[in-house]
Amino acid sequence: MREKFFKSGEHWVWFNAGAIAISLVMVIGLVLMIAAKGLSHFWPAQVGTYQLVLENGEVKTALGEHYDEVTPKGGDEFADKQILLKVGNRDIYGLDFRWIRNNELKSVEYIKDITVIERREWGNFYGTLISINVDGVTYQVNDEAFNQMLEAMLERGVEIHREIKTLEKDDIGSINYELEKLRLEKRKLQLYKEDSPENLAEITAQENQLKNDFEVLQEKLFSLYKQLNRDSLQAKAIEGQLREIQASQIVMIYQPNAMNFFNKIGHYFTKIGEFIFDDPREANTEGGVFPAIFGTVMMVLLMSIMVTPFGVVAAVYLHEYAKQGFVTRLIRIAVNNLAGVPSIVYGVFGLGFFVYFLGGNIDDLFYPEAKPAPTFGTSGLLWASITLALLTLPVVIVSTEEGLSRIPKSIREGSLALGATKIETLWRTVLPMASPAMMTGLILAIARAAGEVAPLMLVGVVKLAPTLPLDFNAPFIHLERKFMHLGFHIYDVGFQSPNVEAARPLVYATALLLVLVIILLNISAIKIRNHLREKYKSLEH
Amino acid sequence: MNNAKSVKLAKLDEKEDYRDGINLDALANEKIALEVEDLSLYYGDKQALFDINLKIPEKKVTAFIGPSGCGKSTLLRCFNRMNDLVDIAKVSGAIKLHGNNIYAPGVNVADLRRNVGMVFQKPNPFPKSIYENVAYGLRLQGINKRSVLDEVVEWALKGAALWDEVKDRLDDNALGMSGGQQQRLVIARSIAVQPEVLLLDEPASALDPISTLKIEELIHDLKDQYTIVIVTHNMQQAARVSDYTAFMYMGNCVEFDKTDTIFTNPKKKKTEDYITGRYG
Repeated sequence: MREKFFKSGEHWVWFNAGAIAISLVMVIGLVLMIAAKGLSHFWPAQVGTYQLVLENGEVKTALGEHYDEVTPKGGDEFADKQILLKVGNRDIYGLDFRWIRNNELKSVEYIKDITVIERREWGNFYGTLISINVDGVTYQVNDEAFNQMLEAMLERGVEIHREIKTLEKDDIGSINYELEKLRLEKRKLQLYKEDSPENLAEITAQENQLKNDFEVLQEKLFSLYKQLNRDSLQAKAIEGQLREIQASQIVMIYQPNAMNFFNKIGHYFTKIGEFIFDDPREANTEGGVFPAIFGTVMMVLLMSIMVTPFGVVAAVYLHEYAKQGFVTRLIRIAVNNLAGVPSIVYGVFGLGFFVYFLGGNIDDLFYPEAKPAPTFGTSGLLWASITLALLTLPVVIVSTEEGLSRIPKSIREGSLALGATKIETLWRTVLPMASPAMMTGLILAIARAAGEVAPLMLVGVVKLAPTLPLDFNAPFIHLERKFMHLGFHIYDVGFQSPNVEAARPLVYATALLLVLVIILLNISAIKIRNHLREKYKSLEH
Repeated sequence: MNNAKSVKLAKLDEKEDYRDGINLDALANEKIALEVEDLSLYYGDKQALFDINLKIPEKKVTAFIGPSGCGKSTLLRCFNRMNDLVDIAKVSGAIKLHGNNIYAPGVNVADLRRNVGMVFQKPNPFPKSIYENVAYGLRLQGINKRSVLDEVVEWALKGAALWDEVKDRLDDNALGMSGGQQQRLVIARSIAVQPEVLLLDEPASALDPISTLKIEELIHDLKDQYTIVIVTHNMQQAARVSDYTAFMYMGNCVEFDKTDTIFTNPKKKKTEDYITGRYG
């Protein structure tokens, strides 16, 4: 019986199946852990009022979210347990977090009218509402019209804030962009000694026009700011300190202890939406990660656009045209080894060759008017994409070559026998049939490039990019700009942030998002490949 | 077959002059399409064809028969210079198409292949629609006008006796057809560019008997318009479809004559042995 089992090779099957199972469990476990830790961050936690009796008999209260608890190793479950509270109110306490000892804890209450105010600065405020000032009228919290007015006030605040942002970023931003362009144009004319009075006058006229526009906008902006600061809100922290908060500073107000399950779900998705679609605030520890998502996707797309044609052309030459021999073997070995070079080395190469050498020369040739400020001579989206394209080139070459060698000879002969030249055969038949293999290469390239961080830190990624590389100012795509990246964002938020405790869940959330973005990019590439496969499924020769 | 062995055997037979088996007088009343003059072919150091001298009559079917490895496919592939694709293949001698040597320097190989179409042993349609398969050669010539293409596609598919079977699914992928249909599609694809010569390299060997029959009927219909050269290892097929037959052995053309003569009254012992099934 036993001998039969081993002879049948069954134990190897079990062995392999076991390996697969372990891999699967690990992958699923990884994603689940990230998801659990990251997604729970957005759930509105109960805010407890903690009554503490200190060792000297003093009675104190603390207000905050139960964030974590730790029992030192070997310590007593009850006596030595410490609880981490998120108490917020950084403007009052200096820190968002506070440890309390379990044995000092007397009671915890979840009072309904405890309010959390999410502010644009200083983090969350935990406390109770006192009153609001709307257009000069004060409403106390017990007034009938209070809730209605509060809501109206918040809505107005958010609305005006959005208007200001559009005005500042889009309208004034584009005027600044135009002004900078004019300045450079003027400088260029001076450089090339073409600064005739007519030319200069024309530029000055345009400049003045823009400056007039700017002033109009600025006036509008000031009036908006004035309106924004009209309303305010008074709230009291648990120790009794009063704070006046401008309506413009408020992102969101909620009372987690008074929320029912459905309110919480609504709040949860609002927060997730904010995380995905908003700009980051407060040194990336609050707000969203939209610029990072955008930067990641854009960089991967640019990388794909660059690596695919280049890799395919190289593979076609190597496989179809080059005389097979020692040199081609050498090239193949080199290509394969290139795939094993550590990515940071590519970063160094990108910085030295692309950024300083190529970029520097481009600046000398085409942007002398901007000097000494670099245009392309500094790290940016273009160089990051090219560096990653270089990094992923070997995969594309190898899989394209594999695809080319799988095209049956009979298909090529069929085409040649109809009077096609070699290039016609390649273009009309062989390359379309090899396109699924090219897509496979691209999928592998995307998988590698989207998760790469180290080289990007040298050639273009920054902690906070003020502008997206894509906007409404001609030429719309600004390849020289620096950009944000989810991978770097994780590193930055997790390890470079002043508020590590608050940022930790964001690290998980961002990691989950990065995984999702990569999966999404891959799925779309796989879909395209499967479509191509179906279209060009070839003979089984 | 072992190549070294074939060289050795060929040398052993050197004393025997095969030329007297080639009865070109049988072609006295035919127009000549292709002339093969002292054609030898080498794969690297190994010689695969030995001084072949032949003539292929116009608008007739000429069959090449012989045991496997005898060089009949190699010879066929010389007619449209398909052997150029093999890096180590070298050709000496000449093949003249209407008096012009196709191996002369400066000959446009693509033009030659358009003139001398070829159908391979296994059907090799492109992974495109039926329509696009037939239109492929025309598109290569820069003909993209829909009305012209429609006309030629219909004409070619009718010519290959396939039109009635596929006229309602011209946009379907050609790989969804049966093997016999695919082979007729490949023939349609070849005749769509209106070549003078059609080379058929064992066109029915991968097909079932009914499809084979259809292909043979097709060859019969096509010979009014095209010079056809067919390679086959099936002697009955050669007897059924061809007007002239060349018997090849070990890279030599042993005998050439009218098909009737070869099958009823072969001059050479080797031919007789092969036809009567002593080897092959």
